[in-house]
Amino acid sequence: MRVRVRYSKLGKVRFISHRDGARLWERALRRVAVPVAFTEGFTPRPRLSFGLALPTGAESTAEYIDIELVEGTTIDGADADRCLLTELSAALPIGMDVQVIAPLESDAGTRRKSLQDEVTSTTWELWGPGVEGSDFEAIADRLLAADELPLERERKGRRHVDDVRPLIHDLRPDETGTRLVADIATVGRGVRPAELASLAFAGTARADIRVLRTQQWIEQDGERREVLSLPVTVNALARGLSA
Amino acid sequence: MDRPDDSLWAQLEPLLARVQKPARYIGCEDGMGSPDHRPDKVAWLLAYPDTYEIGLPNQGLQILYEILNERPDAVAERTYAPWLDLDEQLRAAGLPLFSIDTHRPAGDFDILAFNLAAELVYTNVVNMIDLAGAPLHSADRTDDDMFVVVGGHCAFNPEPLADFIDVAVLGEGEEVVGEITAVLHRWKGAGGHDRQAVLRELASVPGVYVPALYDVTYAEPTPGFTQGPIAAVTPNRADVPATVHKRTVADLGDWPYPKRPLAPLTEVVHDRLSVEVFRGCTRGCRFCQAGMITRPVRERPADQVRTMVADGLRQTGYNEVSLTSLSTADFSDIEPSVLGVLEDQQAAAPTGPDGMSLGCGTTINLPSLRVDAFTVGLAGQVASGRRSGLTFAPEAGTWRLRTVINKLIVEEDLYGAVESAFSQGWTRLKLYFLIGLPTETDDDVLGIAELAKNCVKIGRRHTTRASVTVSVGGFVPKAHTPFQWFGQNTREELQRKVQLLRSATRRAGNVNVKWHDPAATTAEGVVSRGDRRLGAVIERVWRDGGTFQEWGEQFDLDRWTAALDAEGLSLDWFVFRHRRADEVLPWAHLSAGLHHDFLWDDWQAALAESGIEDCRWTPCYDCGVCTGYGIEHVVASPVPPAGGSQGTGQDLSNGAAVPLHLTFTPVDAPSRRATDMAGAT
Ligand code: SF4
Repeated sequence: MRVRVRYSKLGKVRFISHRDGARLWERALRRVAVPVAFTEGFTPRPRLSFGLALPTGAESTAEYIDIELVEGTTIDGADADRCLLTELSAALPIGMDVQVIAPLESDAGTRRKSLQDEVTSTTWELWGPGVEGSDFEAIADRLLAADELPLERERKGRRHVDDVRPLIHDLRPDETGTRLVADIATVGRGVRPAELASLAFAGTARADIRVLRTQQWIEQDGERREVLSLPVTVNALARGLSA
Repeated sequence: MDRPDDSLWAQLEPLLARVQKPARYIGCEDGMGSPDHRPDKVAWLLAYPDTYEIGLPNQGLQILYEILNERPDAVAERTYAPWLDLDEQLRAAGLPLFSIDTHRPAGDFDILAFNLAAELVYTNVVNMIDLAGAPLHSADRTDDDMFVVVGGHCAFNPEPLADFIDVAVLGEGEEVVGEITAVLHRWKGAGGHDRQAVLRELASVPGVYVPALYDVTYAEPTPGFTQGPIAAVTPNRADVPATVHKRTVADLGDWPYPKRPLAPLTEVVHDRLSVEVFRGCTRGCRFCQAGMITRPVRERPADQVRTMVADGLRQTGYNEVSLTSLSTADFSDIEPSVLGVLEDQQAAAPTGPDGMSLGCGTTINLPSLRVDAFTVGLAGQVASGRRSGLTFAPEAGTWRLRTVINKLIVEEDLYGAVESAFSQGWTRLKLYFLIGLPTETDDDVLGIAELAKNCVKIGRRHTTRASVTVSVGGFVPKAHTPFQWFGQNTREELQRKVQLLRSATRRAGNVNVKWHDPAATTAEGVVSRGDRRLGAVIERVWRDGGTFQEWGEQFDLDRWTAALDAEGLSLDWFVFRHRRADEVLPWAHLSAGLHHDFLWDDWQAALAESGIEDCRWTPCYDCGVCTGYGIEHVVASPVPPAGGSQGTGQDLSNGAAVPLHLTFTPVDAPSRRATDMAGAT
C-alpha cells in the first residue's frame, strides 16, 4: 500500500537541503514506527519517493512524499489518519508539518508515474525585503505581454539562451498586493523561481527575495487539480507560520 | 522561552540566504531544549571552535548542555565556528557571534566555554572571542564582560591560550560545571562586581585553573636558541593552589548522559547515536594523550548501556549506534551488550524484517576495537549487510617500534585478524600508522609497506578486489604523556619518510598511501607543547586571516613561521627540540594525576624497548592517578575479555605470544574533516 503525504517547510527549516529533508523523513518515520517497505538487495533502502526538489532557502506549504508501506498494512478510518498526522508532525522539526495523508489507489499491474513526472505546474509567491513596494501588477503585465523572455543558462559548461515565456502560465499580485504570485510549468526544463525572480526583479539580489511554493498541480482529464488539496483551516495556519 | 526581542534571527535570516550550508546555523535539532533565560541564572554559551558538522556530534558538549539546563540556576545554549562566509557577513553587518538554539547574541551570556579537542583550532577560539564582542585579552575584561572558559583534552596544556582565557577546566566536566555555576550565581546575585575576586574564588574549585593567578618567568636563552626554558611558574597570591588537579567522575553509571541526544537536521561527521560504554584506558600506549589523561578505567553498567541505546534510538529515529570508548572491545560486557541491543531492536520491530520501523536493520558501530579473531567476529555480528571496509591501527610498522610505543601487536595476530576479516567478506582495509615516533628508523617505515603488502596478499586469497589503504599521520608529542620530552620530527624528515613509504609501495597494486600534511603536523607541534609566549603568535596568525587551520585549504605554515619570527621565537625551540628531565614544562603546575617519575621512567622504558602491562587486570604500578585521587578502576570483569590483551601477564619479550590489539571503524565513515589526509597515490 502507498500513501501520499502533503507537508509544509516553513521558517528556519527552509535552510535545510532537499537531501537533508530526506534523512529527516527516514528518522521521523522510524520514530513513529511507520511500517515502511524496503527495497530488495544488499543495501535495502526505504521505499520513499520525494516530489520535485525544493531549493534550499525556499519555503513551501505544498511538499509531497510517497511512502510505500509493507504489505498488509492498512490505514483505516479518519482517526488513525489524524493520529499519524499529529505524530509525524511531532517527530519532524518545527516548521515541517504534515497536513494531509491520503492512500493512493493501487493500480494493479500498471506502473504509476512518479510524483515528479505527474506534476505539470506549480504556484509560487515571491516577496522579500528587496522588492517591497514594487508594483507587482505592472511587473506581471510586463512579463505576460512579452513575446519572448530569453534567459541565459549554463548547461554542461556551455551557455544557452532559452525562451521561458511559454513556461510562465500566469502572474498576478496576491490579495494583499504585497506578493507576486506565479504559476509556472515544471515540464521539460521548466523555470526555477529564482530565475523568475531575476526576470521580475532585475537588479535585486536573489538572497533578498523570499519564495514560497503554495501548490503543485497535475493534469487530469484536461483539468488541472492539486496533487492533494488542503483543508482550508490548515492553509490559514500554515500561512500564519510563514509570515 | 524564545522572546523575539532577544533573538537576532530577523537580522541573521537575510545573511543565511547568502552563505553555504545555512542549515549549520539554524538549530532546531531533536533533543534541543527550550532554554529558559532569566536574569539571575548563569548563562553558558557552549562553543565548539570548528564547523557545526564536526562540533555537533561532540559528546562532551552535549552532556554539559543537558546537565546545565537541568539546573535551576543555569541555562545553556550552543554555538559553533561560523564558516568564513558567514564570519564575513556578520562582521559586515555588525552582528556578533550568536547561539544556534535561540539565536541570541553571545554578549547575552555570562560564560563562553570552549571544548578544545585539537590544537589547530586555537585561532578559531580567538576569532570567536572577538566575534562575541568580548575584549580579546582576559586582562582587559571588566565586570560587564563574559568569562572565557576552556575545557577538553587540550585544556591540559592551555598555556598558549593563557592571554585569552579566564579559566581552564582540567578533566571531566560533569560535576565541575555545577560548581562553577554556583560560584557565579552567588556572585551575580551579589551584584556581579569585582571580577578579580570571583576569579580567585573560582580558582579554589578543584579542577579550575585561572592562568592570570600564576606568574611565569623564563630563563636566559639557551645557547643556540633565541629563547630559554621556563624558570618557574608561581601562584601570585597565597590562596591559589600551586598545582591544579584534574577532575574525574568516580562512577560513570551516575551520569547516564546525554539522555536526550541531539539529532541534527543536516549531515554531520558522526551521523548516528553515540553511547559511551567506558571512560579511560590503561593499555598504556605511550603516544596517546587521551589514554594517559583519562585514567582510571570506568565502565558503564551493561544494563545502563542497553537502556541508553534503546531510549536513544527511539528518541532520535537513528538506526545506527556507536558504542564509544577509547577501546570498545575491552568493555567487559561487550558481547552480551551487543547481543542485548540487537535483541531489543528485534523486539521493538513490530513489522518484521522487511519494514523500516524501529529496530529494523539497526547497525551497531564499534569504533576503536582491538583486532583479533574475537573482535573481527564481533564486527561480523554487528555489520548487517555492507562489509565494505574495516580500519585497524597498528600504529607502527615493526614489532620493535611497537614495543617502544607500547602498542603490543604481533604480526602473526594482525595477519590472523586480516585473514578473518577478508574471509568474512570485507574487501577493503585501512591501516593507521604514525610516523616520526621516537627511535624510528627507515626500517620501521619500510615495515609499514611490508605489512600492507602482506595484508593484500592475504586478501587476494579471498577476493580479487582486496585493497589496503595505509594512512600515515606525523607524530606530535603531547603533554602529560611519556613522550612529552621527545623532539618532534621536522617537516622535512616527515616528508622524507612519506616519500620512502610511497616509493616502497609504488609498485604494489592495491596498496594506497594517504598521509597527513607534515606542515600541519609541524604547526600542531608548536601549540601542543607551547607556553604563554605563543599567545602573541596565535594572535598574529589569526590577524593574518589564519582561521580554520584544520582545513587544508585554509592552512599555511608560512603564517605560523612568520608569526614566530616576528615574536623572536623558533620552531626549533618549541617543536623539534628534545626536553631534558629537569626542564620545567609549561604544564608542570597542571596535573592529570600522573607522577612525573612514572612518566619519565616510562619514557626511559620506551627507549629501552620495554613494554608495560594493563593495570586494569594486573597489579597497579602506581602511575599516581588512583592512588593520588582515591579513585579506582570500575571494571566488571576481573580478567581480560576474550581475545586476550597485553595485560594477561605474557612474556612481552617474546612477541609471538602476545595477542594483538588494533582499532577499527568502518572505512566508509565520513572523514573527520576534509583535510585529514593531504593526498593519495
Ligand atoms: S594508579 Fe595504578 S591502577 Fe590506577 S591507573 Fe595508575 S597504574 Fe593503573
